[in-house]
Amino acid sequence: MKWLASIGLSGTVLALFAAVTSVAIGWTYLGTKVQIDFEVRRAEARQLLEIFPADTHDNEVVDDTFVVEADTALLGIREARQGYRVRQGGVIIGVILPATARDGYSGDIRALVGIRSDGTVAGVRVVSHRETPGLGDKVDLRKSDWVLGFNHHSLINPVLAGWNVQKEGGIFDQFTGATVTPRAVILATRRALEYATLNSAQLFGINPDSA
Amino acid sequence: MSSTSYRQLTLNGLWKNNPALVQLLGLCPLLAVTASTVNALGLAAATLFVLVVSNTSVSLIRAVVSDTIRLPVFVMIIAAAVTVTELLMQAYSYELYQILGIFLPLITTNCIILGRADAFARKNAVPAALYDGFIMGVGFGAVLVLLGAIRELLGTGALFADMQLLFGAGAEAWRWQVFRVDYPFLVAILPPGAFLVTGCLIALKNQIDNSLERRARARAATPVAGSKRVRVTGTVS
Repeated sequence: MKWLASIGLSGTVLALFAAVTSVAIGWTYLGTKVQIDFEVRRAEARQLLEIFPADTHDNEVVDDTFVVEADTALLGIREARQGYRVRQGGVIIGVILPATARDGYSGDIRALVGIRSDGTVAGVRVVSHRETPGLGDKVDLRKSDWVLGFNHHSLINPVLAGWNVQKEGGIFDQFTGATVTPRAVILATRRALEYATLNSAQLFGINPDSA
Repeated sequence: MSSTSYRQLTLNGLWKNNPALVQLLGLCPLLAVTASTVNALGLAAATLFVLVVSNTSVSLIRAVVSDTIRLPVFVMIIAAAVTVTELLMQAYSYELYQILGIFLPLITTNCIILGRADAFARKNAVPAALYDGFIMGVGFGAVLVLLGAIRELLGTGALFADMQLLFGAGAEAWRWQVFRVDYPFLVAILPPGAFLVTGCLIALKNQIDNSLERRARARAATPVAGSKRVRVTGTVS
């Protein structure tokens, strides 16, 4: 029965190492958890505050969330995601909606669209994308300030056909060598505005806490 | 520590047996994250750390673990080291963690790490194994950073952009616009550029090796060209 003993020994050693490595991971996880949660929240909050600067509102936007149900037609999101409310003196002055463009050049372009209660764009930020570096990635604010061009526009300024790249009769710039990516972001922004208009009662309702 | 000296280890890790240029291990992260210097540096640091931890741990337990179960044990150690690194990076360098994304956990599958554990660390004492892990990591990282710098320079005309992701707010000013480009040389940043630049680096290394060898051979072949006198005293060995 020597082979049995050897298997037993090997098994014990393996189990021992599994236990030791698990403890090491668990210990690091517990040790870094607070810091990681803090970093994730800070990154999220930083992005939200870029859309609605701190001096425009008085609530903690990152905590004032609501569920945006899956909506493939306008927002392009396949599963429920988080939206944020922006308040001043308790009144909702804007919302930040998740929007996904599926017609980019390379995979989904995920964005956050900030919309004021008067229907104008407060800001658009591309959260994640895989567009071509150097061409399509100018939708990312770190690469170019192109997304700032949406600010203060709305569904009546410009009207429908204006929501496109200049090359196709719209009012927004395309980039040298890239039309598909900016067009996808422009259309996603327009659809998010349409969503906000259709659901304005729910989004900007007088007292959404009781709803 | 008699058969392999530290000098030998250094030479191996950095040049003669460089993980990236000679062993051609870990090409996936090498090609994927080297679009900029900061990404390359981040992955280089993470890989270096994992290599040192895994080599040291493997060397520490080399007497306990039998040959039959050594590979699963090594894999467990490496996976744990990578997960710990990932958590630490997420906690203290969150933005870089987001950029490196999937390539951080993928360090587990980097063949250099299992390779060094099995080929070196399990046969050598702790200090030597630690040093081997360190110098192999440096050799790999140096190629990563060089590749990142070349591609960033060719593709954007600048160097050391976005260093604040790694070194904090002060490093934003490190960006150095070497030349202006209206139309960036895109292929350098795209995946094909990674292959092209890596190929050129390997060719350059081989060229240097060849010319060094040729010079050494030439020196060995003609040692007495200048003098025709016959030695008449002493002994000839």
